[in-house]
Amino acid sequence: MASEDCQDARIARIAAAIRAIPNFPKPGILFQDITTLLLDTRAFRDTIDLFVERYKDKDISVVAGIEARGFIFGPPVALAIGAKFVPLRKPNKLPGEVISEEYSLEYGKDKMEMHVGAVQAGERALVIDDLIATGGTLCAAISLLERVAVHVVECACVIELPELKGRERLGDKPLFVLVDAA
Amino acid sequence: MFAAENGLRGDPRLQAISEAIRVVPHFPKPGIMFQDITTLLLDPKAFKDTVDIFVDRYRDMGISVVAGVEARGFMFGPSIALAIGAKFVPLRKPRKLPGEVISEAYVLEYGTDCLEMHVGAVQPGERSLIIDDLVATGGTLSAAIRLLERVGAEVVECACVVGLPEAKGQRRLNGTPLYILVEPREIENCY
Repeated sequence: MASEDCQDARIARIAAAIRAIPNFPKPGILFQDITTLLLDTRAFRDTIDLFVERYKDKDISVVAGIEARGFIFGPPVALAIGAKFVPLRKPNKLPGEVISEEYSLEYGKDKMEMHVGAVQAGERALVIDDLIATGGTLCAAISLLERVAVHVVECACVIELPELKGRERLGDKPLFVLVDAA
Repeated sequence: MFAAENGLRGDPRLQAISEAIRVVPHFPKPGIMFQDITTLLLDPKAFKDTVDIFVDRYRDMGISVVAGVEARGFMFGPSIALAIGAKFVPLRKPRKLPGEVISEAYVLEYGTDCLEMHVGAVQPGERSLIIDDLVATGGTLSAAIRLLERVGAEVVECACVVGLPEAKGQRRLNGTPLYILVEPREIENCY
């Protein structure tokens, strides 16, 4: 079908624009670098369009983006669908009163924060980040939003690393991804 | 220079943008009145107007690169880049960018910091715009300008939503024009 061909061509271009960098941040990790996608004006445009097409009629009033690469994709999507953009940040960056969610890393813990009052109970939200690996960060984001009675409709990422089983970790929370990086 | 002095005097969008920015006293330390743009991002119309004002200014300037300073420059830069058909290049704190980088150090009140850009992101001769949420002393923006000029790009302008008093009266940063939408509001009641 024409729409599928168009979609496949856009996805192919997006996938081709992502650069894999070996041994970053440490030996054995193949890092999926989206900065090269941002240099391809058409592929970056297509990335945003694919998200906007999916979410524009889903009554979403909040796009929450995870620091820092979620700040690159989230605001253009928010603007196009008429939603607020809410940054979910590392500790001590947000100046106002915050709520925090701690989450586990491979070694140790980290914390994610959101401004009190940024979102209202009952709002419908999308969480966006460049990539899902283990799903730990996305789960922390979902928890933060659900603690203030926001309904997280879906999580959206450009890339998924399927072997790390992030999709399973999200459980029944839907996940939409453009590209699988095997 | 401020937008109001450069063709947008009396533009009602600027007032709404200014009022959408929250002032948080004593952050990150006593005496600092922090200009919090996250409340601007919660107002879809004011946020859209912010981007539109920049896009209207830059769309016909032949700009092929929008460079955004981590992290709040990431919230404004990509939307502008998309609308004017330019690349978006993130300028990041050390060790965040995975590929080969060039680095530029700059001075803070106490100590120094460093801004990095990927090698190959920008070509010599490209016309670029640098964007951040706020300009204070101009130290960070000056480092950003040096990064782009080191790879042979031309920095057409630096653009910020808010300009603090230290930036007032500076039409240029080391020769590069500076364009600012609003100055900090006077507030009577702190919370």
